[in-house]
Amino acid sequence: MKIIRYDQLQEQLFYERLNNGLDVYILPKKEFNKTYATFTTKYGSVDNYFTPYGKTSMKKVPDGIAHFLEHKLFEKEDGDVFQIFSKQGASANAFTSFTRTAYLFSSTTNVEKNLETLLDFVQKPYFTEQTVEKEKGIIAQEIRMYDDNPDWRLYFGTIESMYHNHPVKIDIAGTVESISHITKDLLYECYETFYHPSNMLLFVTGPVDPLTILEQIRTNQAQKTFHSPIDIERFNYEEPSHVAREKHVIEMNIQTPKCLVGIKAKNVYTKGKEKLKHECAMGLLLDHLFGKSSLHYERLYQQGLIDETFMVDYTEESDFGFGLIGGDTLYPDQLAEEIQRILLQFSDIGDEQVERMKRKKIGSFLRSLNSLEYIANQFTRYAFDRMSLFDVVETLQSLTSDDIKAVARECFVREQFTVCQVVPKR
Amino acid sequence: MFREEVKTIGGLRLHVIPTKKYKTNTLVLKMKAPLCERDITMRALVPYVLQNATERHPSMKALRTYLDELYGATLQVDLAKKGENHIITIRMDVANEKFLGTTSPLLREALTLFSDMLFRPLTEQGGFSAAIVEQEKRALKQKIQSLFDDKMRYAQHRLIEEMYKGSPYALDVHGKLSDIDTIDAKRLYKHYEHMLKHDEIDLYIVGDVALTDVEHDVVERFPLEARSLRSTETTTLTKRTSVQEVIEKQHVKQGKLHLGYRTNTTYNDADYDALQVWNGIFGGFAHSKLFMNVREKASLAYYAASRIESHQGMMMVMAGIEPSNYERALEIIHAQAEAMRNGQFSDEEIIQTKAVIRNQLLETVDTARGMIEISYHNVIATRQRPLDEWLEAIEKVTYEDIVRIGEKIELDTIYFLTEKEGEKK
Repeated sequence: MKIIRYDQLQEQLFYERLNNGLDVYILPKKEFNKTYATFTTKYGSVDNYFTPYGKTSMKKVPDGIAHFLEHKLFEKEDGDVFQIFSKQGASANAFTSFTRTAYLFSSTTNVEKNLETLLDFVQKPYFTEQTVEKEKGIIAQEIRMYDDNPDWRLYFGTIESMYHNHPVKIDIAGTVESISHITKDLLYECYETFYHPSNMLLFVTGPVDPLTILEQIRTNQAQKTFHSPIDIERFNYEEPSHVAREKHVIEMNIQTPKCLVGIKAKNVYTKGKEKLKHECAMGLLLDHLFGKSSLHYERLYQQGLIDETFMVDYTEESDFGFGLIGGDTLYPDQLAEEIQRILLQFSDIGDEQVERMKRKKIGSFLRSLNSLEYIANQFTRYAFDRMSLFDVVETLQSLTSDDIKAVARECFVREQFTVCQVVPKR
Repeated sequence: MFREEVKTIGGLRLHVIPTKKYKTNTLVLKMKAPLCERDITMRALVPYVLQNATERHPSMKALRTYLDELYGATLQVDLAKKGENHIITIRMDVANEKFLGTTSPLLREALTLFSDMLFRPLTEQGGFSAAIVEQEKRALKQKIQSLFDDKMRYAQHRLIEEMYKGSPYALDVHGKLSDIDTIDAKRLYKHYEHMLKHDEIDLYIVGDVALTDVEHDVVERFPLEARSLRSTETTTLTKRTSVQEVIEKQHVKQGKLHLGYRTNTTYNDADYDALQVWNGIFGGFAHSKLFMNVREKASLAYYAASRIESHQGMMMVMAGIEPSNYERALEIIHAQAEAMRNGQFSDEEIIQTKAVIRNQLLETVDTARGMIEISYHNVIATRQRPLDEWLEAIEKVTYEDIVRIGEKIELDTIYFLTEKEGEKK
């Protein structure tokens, strides 16, 4: 077991890699009532083309299967796992992202029992043809719910426009059609490939004693047998740096139009400190240009082009990265033009501005450490790409205006921009 | 649990909640007045105008740049209904300097900015800045219109509008579109002065501080005259002879089924705890009857849940379903409510639900926002109850209490937002 101390933040992180390859992290938070634990596999919606465990050739699986599997893992022969957690006073949940599937619980009592339940239900799949069929109705309604949600349509419409081949452009839940092809055998095949402990990470945070918890986890894992770890072979999609389409307009039953400008990042580092630096620099730059304290925000707001829903965000995962800027607007074309002009005209950022933005980002990082959910989820995301959440402050501090100008040169290129709008149906 | 130190300073109630859980300190100001059609739009506009600029930071850019300098302090406003009260919330969150290696007193600076916002907003010729008011009028129009675009929120709002037609609770917290053009910067400022005199105002400070650390700073910065407190009476709905059914058609792919029930029980009542357990068994959680039967067994919905409006005596059921499944879903929902009324729930369901409610309350107070929400219940209600008493009361709820609560719950309105094309049912 290793203890990593963060003196300035007054935190201590306990870490161990178990014999079966599972990475376990425990962050004690004495003052809190609740314990929050996430058990995450490095398997998300982008993993739709891979060599299944025990096979020799690559295989394409239906869109939405990682998310479907997430739903199905909660159902067991003797009922569903929510019942067990609630009897133990816990609330359980799960989510699937582009690159991860996370199972979690939070509870203020029976932490050891709940942890046992979490480890056991994720590591004991039970799929039948009948339960798989039944789930299709539920997920179809989840997909329909998003179909009617203009913000989701805008978000995915933008990502879809950016990518030619990369499966990040596929909706995480798939489509009503694609999930109809999912079978129990396909679910088992994905499960066997991606749910090996060596492809997973367990994070526990709350008022726990790290040594006791770690011992419990060791014992639990030692009782189970797993096949030997494999290197998962994932398909390498060729992706050009320019966007797939420049503009996309979606008509919906809404009153206020919405507009997003997407920026596709090229040459994303796949892991490590360089990646963290790239992400931090891009986040800082976009906030400098479009955050509430920027010159542009005030002007666009006064001109009536944007309102409170205006947002700017940068996402970077394994081998892709994109920025999103926009929100509700009565003038979607004018806003799209303005945003792109601001991006293309950017040439310099002063040291004083860099310092101010760093301050802002450091404060906001501290704020996010108030949330156990944030810590567990983000720590896992970083760890999967061999970065550390707790290196964020140091990385931010090391940024110079040259680093920031470099990401601008690389990403603020017309061919890497796309515009997506959701407009009222005529 | 948490400890709260309360002190009345003139017209301000100061609540300090000392805790070492966080890396930041949170300041929350709440202004409360009865929901009233005449004032609601002006009240909705005020906080958005205030957060734009102060005398000292006379533009959005100046004010937001100053927040950046305070290590990215955040400033947000929002509006809510609690029973028939209109609540304005202004929230600031600022880093605790002990994690920063800086000695600048960030909390005091944040308090100063907060006070500037309230008492020294940017004004001109006896009114707010006209340019800012115009800009925020436009933004408010957009906000009111955007309700239509979020179908889940829209359906929820429409249900309440139909169920409480003619009573203040039917009002949208953001006010009325038709009022906006009648408001000008001077009139709004006058109304704001009125609010400062008459609203019930609570300031919360949550973080690694004690009342004695901040009391002096607050006294200096928040000069509010004492006022008499008004209590808001909740309108009693007249009983309907039959359940109201409202069906609305739009171009949507998923139907939104929302049901409104009168619980005839609010936070003020002794059997409020039994209502919480009732709601929990019925539809509050993933082990509840609605989730198990509408979603897990019949596979009709992704979400099917119920929740109570603590201060209004209302319960709402919501489910997103295939338009053609309207009758089937209703049937299943009615059957669950009927089962509850007939006492068809086990001791195990009761124990399970109590455990989850207890867990939920304890988790709520792990966030600064949650602690404030729990404490603020006692400002809204006439009944004072610390969290530990609340938890005890939940434990004491019996099978008989839950059955008794069921007798008071009446379905009032069914609202269904459904697809336009095709007349299939």
